[in-house]
Amino acid sequence: MNKDVVIKCDSVSKIFYSSDKGFDVVKNIDLTVFKNEFLVLFGPGQCGKTTLLNIIAGLDMPTSGKVYVNNKEVIGPGPERGVVYQSISLFPWLTTMGNVEFGIKAAGVGKKERRKRAQYYIDLVGLQGFENTYPIKLSGGMKQRVGIARAYCIEPVVMLMDEPFGALDAQTRYLMQKELEIIWGREKRTVVFVTNNIEEALFLADRIVVLNNCPTSIRQEYVIDMPRPREYTGEKFLYLRKEITGNMDKTL
Amino acid sequence: MSKNENKGPKKKSKKYILISIASVFLFLFIWWLYTDVFKAVPANALPSPIKVISTFFIKFVETKPEGATMLQHIFSSLQTTLTGYAIGVAVGVPLGICMGWFDKFDMFVRPIFDLLRPIPGIAWIPVMIVFFGIGLMSKAMVIFMTALIACVVNSYSGTKQTLNVHLWVGRTFGASNLEMLFRIAIPSAMPLILTGLRVALAASWSALVAAELLASNRGLGFMIQQCRVIGRPDVIIAGMITIGGVGALLTYLLKLLEKLLLKGRKNI
Ligand SMILES: Nc1ncnc2c1ncn2[C@@H]1O[C@H](COP(=O)(O)OP(=O)(O)O)[C@@H](O)[C@H]1O
Ligand SMILES: [Mg+2]
Repeated sequence: MNKDVVIKCDSVSKIFYSSDKGFDVVKNIDLTVFKNEFLVLFGPGQCGKTTLLNIIAGLDMPTSGKVYVNNKEVIGPGPERGVVYQSISLFPWLTTMGNVEFGIKAAGVGKKERRKRAQYYIDLVGLQGFENTYPIKLSGGMKQRVGIARAYCIEPVVMLMDEPFGALDAQTRYLMQKELEIIWGREKRTVVFVTNNIEEALFLADRIVVLNNCPTSIRQEYVIDMPRPREYTGEKFLYLRKEITGNMDKTL
Repeated sequence: MSKNENKGPKKKSKKYILISIASVFLFLFIWWLYTDVFKAVPANALPSPIKVISTFFIKFVETKPEGATMLQHIFSSLQTTLTGYAIGVAVGVPLGICMGWFDKFDMFVRPIFDLLRPIPGIAWIPVMIVFFGIGLMSKAMVIFMTALIACVVNSYSGTKQTLNVHLWVGRTFGASNLEMLFRIAIPSAMPLILTGLRVALAASWSALVAAELLASNRGLGFMIQQCRVIGRPDVIIAGMITIGGVGALLTYLLKLLEKLLLKGRKNI
């Protein structure tokens, strides 16, 4: 296996200060993500996963520690890191096409090339025919497909996904997990995927990093070497599920 | 949204229109009974609805008693309103957006704005008459102040309500501050900006009539005022109806614009 390091977090900590009190949200995260690896950050609660991802994205700065992407220190956002967000992050005033090509338009890619590239990723996420549809007319799953296409369209090295399926119903969620695996299989990227759903983690991950709650720190790592596509009811799947859930419960 | 879900409210609104029409006719009927049939009030205090309606049509050709036809008054009122309103929008919307986006600019302008904000538009009438006399300019400036406040307040809140996650998207795509303003913040603010335009227009129209009552030689407010002095309540009421009608029409036109500009955002 190719072991090029793409992301490296070097004892990253984040403290939010409110008036006089400091609030530990991320604590001493040491993390290495390899090229084309699908890494899942698995953690419960409302305590620092988004913050950690935003630090890697460069949207937020760590209080201490450093993040490197491709050996370069992260000091702000950059087009080599695409982000798929947790909540409704599509621009409601733009169509599917407008949303997907937003990033490369900002990067100054000409209209013809832009359309071509956006169309490729719209097709990749299975939204052909919905190019001119506004987000309000799309279902939750379709919206997240647009979000994925939008992040892919700038052709980043790293994809950061923050609970992208968190707001979907269970049925759509399974479907989107399968879709994402197929998309990722066709367009390999280094992925950091945040979730609080163990099935989702086991279905998608090459490696699962289990996080402690409040503040977020690393509890344990599991390398998941089951062949893909995985069965939610496979023997090993169920075994790992029990093991990791059991481990988690001890933290709560 | 599916077609079925749209059916309900539409059917309902048809029903409501019938109820509304019935209520208008009932109102006119009672008015008619009260004046023409029972003669409960003298005609020079409250004329009958028939008299008012005929006066309304006659005023479109007749300049008597106060010196101009209805259309001339409407035109004059609209000219003043739209002049003041246009300047108010042209200054107010960019000002509100800049206050919402550039913190330092906000700090700089805010003290003055907070001072002006609670002053109602019509409170500017006396000082504007002192500055500009009773021509178009003084009234247009009153309208300007009225429209300005509504435009600034709404554009400001609209810009401030830009979602953080949208700004994150812009930043990860490497958009510059100005690109973020024009391609994210202003589109985000658009619904509230348009609400501001509508509120400002309605406020301008009422402020105008008030201004014309005090300082004018033409316009709907002037017409009403003159006819009060010479005792023509039928013209007063016809004038009031016209004021209401034109105001509603202006609001309707802006609603159309809103639908056009916000297509895709709501299920219209
Ligand atoms: N900008 C901020 N200022 C202060 N506190 C924050 C800020 N952003 C997040 N927090 C706090 O940090 C905690 C973790 O938030 P978040 O990273 O969104 O958690 P998660 O994604 O795991 O649900 C929350 O309790 C939140 O209140
Ligand atoms: Mg989160």
